[in-house]
Amino acid sequence: MSRQLAALVIALVAATSALAIDRGPAFDDPELQARYQRLIGDIRCVTCQNMTIKDSNVFLAADLRREVREQIAAGRTDQEIFDFLTARYGDFVLYTTPLNERTWAFYAVPPLLLLFGALVAWRTVRRRAALPMDDLE
Amino acid sequence: MSGSRRVGIFLLPLGVFAGLVVLFVAGVNNSETRSELPSPLIGKSMPAFELPSLLERDVTISSEAFRGEYLLVNVWASWCFACRQEHDFLLSLARRGEIRILGLNWRDTEPAAKNWLNELGDPYDVIVFDGEGRTGIDFGVYGAPESFLVDPNGQIVAKHIGPLDAALWQQNMQPFLTQRDGS
Repeated sequence: MSRQLAALVIALVAATSALAIDRGPAFDDPELQARYQRLIGDIRCVTCQNMTIKDSNVFLAADLRREVREQIAAGRTDQEIFDFLTARYGDFVLYTTPLNERTWAFYAVPPLLLLFGALVAWRTVRRRAALPMDDLE
Repeated sequence: MSGSRRVGIFLLPLGVFAGLVVLFVAGVNNSETRSELPSPLIGKSMPAFELPSLLERDVTISSEAFRGEYLLVNVWASWCFACRQEHDFLLSLARRGEIRILGLNWRDTEPAAKNWLNELGDPYDVIVFDGEGRTGIDFGVYGAPESFLVDPNGQIVAKHIGPLDAALWQQNMQPFLTQRDGS
């Protein structure tokens, strides 16, 4: 009896975390459900800004989840769904910043800085290596 | 030669630091408007809709009905605190009759919305009821109040997020109307 109860509790806890804030799975088909979960995890709740619509339950997040659900059901591709959202809310609605003419610096600067640092380090090491050894003594 | 080089090495981090300070100060100064997203809808046509009128539920109102005149689309809800804040301004704008005002009653319930109008007054020429927030999504609404200025061709020319007031109206929206009167 207590084992069954424990199993029930575990199942319930697992279910709540798996379904986030929807009342039930959006799709019976596990493949569509997985796609749905992945998409809503990559769409920003623009009202709450630092959350995805998967983690928030403000009106807008619920509305956008419904929108994603309906568009998946209507057979739209991921790209079509993202395009639908960015046409209304701008690139910011995508949790992963898209690479385009306005955002290239955001992606380019970190590797460039790394490269610059590596260059400085390499030159410093080379110069020090070239110093006469008797300096050290 | 090696002396100036050494000075340069010490000055470099200082320069980088000064640059960061400028960046952060600019960021802090912008923090009030940072959460306002630029709307990709500016310059585009007002999204099409067919919605019931809030006050006469059997009347359907189409977005096409507003062509030919400037229109202020104001997104509001009875649960929206900041909408109360801008309400007096909307009432005075309505009294002046400068522009037609369309209310988009967003994610609200009918009785609550009607109570709100009875209590505070109705500045709107027409109110459409978007209880499910579908038209709200088409307008890119993410928080009430939001206001869109639509020109006679049905193009969105300006958007304001948050409560409008006389100063903001003068600054961001009225110039479009003055242009109309001048030409």
